[in-house]
This record gives sequence, structure tokens and C-alpha cells, in this order.
Amino acid sequence: MKTEVPVVIAFVAGMLMIVSLFSPHPVFAGPAAVMRNWAIVITAFAYVLGVANIARISAGTVRTRGRDWRYKVVLLASLGGMLGIGLAGGIQGGGLFDWSYMNVMVPMQSTMFSLLAFFIASAAYRAFRARSVEATLLLVTAVIVMLGRVPVGERLWSGLPAFTEWIMEVPNMAAKRGIMIGAALGAISTGLKMILGLERSYLGSDK
Amino acid sequence: MRPLTIAAGAASGGLDGHVLGTWVAAALTLAIFSFLYKDNPVYKLAEHIFIGVSAGYVVCLEYWNVFVPNLWNPLVSGGEFILVVPFALGLLLFTRFSPRAAWLSRWAIAAMVGSYAGFAVIGALQGDLIAQVRAAMIPVYSADAAASLGAAAGGNDYVFALLAVLQNPLTIIGLVTTLFYFFFSREHRGGLGMASRVGIWFLMISFGASFGYTVMSRVSLLIGRLHFLLSDWLGVIR
Repeated sequence: MKTEVPVVIAFVAGMLMIVSLFSPHPVFAGPAAVMRNWAIVITAFAYVLGVANIARISAGTVRTRGRDWRYKVVLLASLGGMLGIGLAGGIQGGGLFDWSYMNVMVPMQSTMFSLLAFFIASAAYRAFRARSVEATLLLVTAVIVMLGRVPVGERLWSGLPAFTEWIMEVPNMAAKRGIMIGAALGAISTGLKMILGLERSYLGSDK
Repeated sequence: MRPLTIAAGAASGGLDGHVLGTWVAAALTLAIFSFLYKDNPVYKLAEHIFIGVSAGYVVCLEYWNVFVPNLWNPLVSGGEFILVVPFALGLLLFTRFSPRAAWLSRWAIAAMVGSYAGFAVIGALQGDLIAQVRAAMIPVYSADAAASLGAAAGGNDYVFALLAVLQNPLTIIGLVTTLFYFFFSREHRGGLGMASRVGIWFLMISFGASFGYTVMSRVSLLIGRLHFLLSDWLGVIR
């Protein structure tokens, strides 16, 4: 029950998806569509489980007055506030949920990501030392791509934006294509191993 | 359902949602930027607000976009009682909180993993493997590009005509040598070693390009935030 049933469920669900691609007959396509919807619904529960876990751990920290417990109170209040607004009032555009998203979440998210501009620059200063052919290629390409995207690059050489595009579309794309083909082969083999029950690490321990 | 709103416009006599929103966004932006000085209580406060709001946002989206239309309405209003199965499987996920019953969550995890593994196999096959191999099926020599090189006047025209001639051979060499680099069944010595070394050069160019691209996108976001502070909030620039 603990191991065999999950392996059978994974096999049936996975094979339905694969078989429905090769045979769109209603015998396979119908159950595959149902299974697809079930997977989406269960995934929604998984998101809720993740958030419930955050709330549980934070509440535990507050209860025991653990490290940074005051911030956990803020976290729980923010979480509760957003849940209350979204679940009670809906997520329609122009509502309070939308206002919270546009004025609280979006500014913080983009500022968090923009902070990376500073850290990436300091990391580059330390890492970008042209000590080998490989490091030099990485450094030169990065500099060309950065210069090719700003007006000063075009001032230096009028062909720089077009040359940047060529780098993106030829040597960059060639390597990316190799990575994508390798990753696709890996994804296919791992997916098949999971469906066939050869890879069971997602079940956790055997207890 | 009628959405909860903040009255727009001071003329209505209510709270001006736009002005309040700008001040809230500016305060939170500055709080996050304060991390550039050092990790401090203001940053930590903003960080925890961000985590809480983001988590709440995800749950609300899943509730309104998945739970209600895909499960609750068809089950309660549509009488599709078969949906009790995914509902029960979803609830079984919460047995993770009980060590004795946690094994029951494996059924739901298996349904997700099996389905998404099936999607992944199909997606990787159709979207990546076949599409990328097909895109790589190009002629080594392009007569049009060679003709353009012959007609090029000089300067930038000549440089880009030459690059166009090199485009297909370099794409093929880059792909093949990159694949050689990822071929681990034999030791990288001799011809295979040379080919994989060339593959590393292409990979380095690709990583450099990705790095440069990422830096520029982050700088673009930074400019966006500074523009918001100086224009929308302070009104210093128009």
C-alpha cells in the first residue's frame, strides 16, 4: 500500500499522457484530459500545502519566541491580510487585491531583482579575470553583449548592436541548442524512469 | 462577487488609492534598497511582508483560477462526483503534517509526478528534442550568403556579409562540439578531447552572452525602480 499503490498511480497517470499523444482516440484522450485536470487540482492543493507549511513554521517560531519572531508576526499578518482580501473580495482587476499586488508585491519583487545588478557587478569584478582562453571568451562576450545593448556601444562601433545579435543567434544559439538537446534527452529518460517505477526518490523514505 | 476597493480620487472624498499606492510602493522600494547598506531591520520587515503577500497571492490565485472553476463548481453545481477523487487526493497531501499518516500523501504526489513526468516526456520530445534537431538541419554552405559577400562594398557591409557566410558552419560546429562535450561515455582525449574543448569555448561564449543579457535586464529593472522613485513618487523628472 505504501509503495506499490503510488507506483501504480504514477504509471497509469504518466502512460495516459504519453499514449494519448500517440493515439488521440477518445478511449485514451478522454481519461488523459480528466487526469490532466486532476493533476492541476492536486497541484493547487500542493501550493496551499506549501503556504500552510510556511504559516505553521512561522506560528511555531512566534509561539516559542524564537529567532526573529517579531518578523514572523509581520509575515503571518501579511499572509492573512492578502488571503482575507483575495478570498473574501475576489481577484478582479481594480479591486483591493489588485491594488495590493500592484503597490506592494510588484514594487518589492522588481526591487529585489534590481538589487542583483549591484551584486552581479561585484561578483563579476572578482570572477572576470582573464586567466584562461575560456575565461577570456566569457569576459569578452559578456562585455560585447552589454555594450551592444546601450547607446554608447553604438557610438563606439555602429555595427556593435548587429554584432551582438549575431553572437546571440549563432555561437550562443549553437551552444544553447546542444544544452537543450542534452536536457531534453535527460528529461525524457528521467520521466520514463519515474513512470516505470525505476526512479522512486519522490516517494521519500520507505517508512 | 463585488471586489473590495479603495476609492479612486480625492474628489470622491475617500482615500486616494493611487497616491496611497505610490507612497506604499516607494516606502517598500526604499526598504528593500536599504539592504545595499547592510542587512537591517527595515529590510527584514519588507522581506517578511514580501514573503507573506506573495504566499497569500499564490493561494488566492489557485483558489479562484483552479479550485473554484475546476473542482468546486463542477462538483457542487455540475454534479461531477468523480471530482471527489482529486479533492480527496489533494486533502491527503495535508497528511504530511502527521508523521504516522504522512505515507498517504504519496498517492497524491504520485498522481502529480506521474502526470507531470508524462507531460515532461511529451514536452521534451516535441518542444525541445525534435524541434532543436530539426532547426539544426541546415546547409553548411549558403550560396546567397556567399553572393552577398562577393557584392559587399567593404567596412561593416563586408564584416556582416562574412559573418553571414560563417553563420551555418559555426552553428553546426558549435552544436556538434557542445554535444561532444556532454558525451561522457569515453574519456575526452585525442580527437574527442579537441572537439570537446571547442565545445567548451562555445559554451563559454553562451554563458558570457547570458551573463551580459542578465546584467542588462537587472540594470533595466534598477532604472525602472529609480524612475518610479524620481518620477511617480517625487516628481523630480517628467
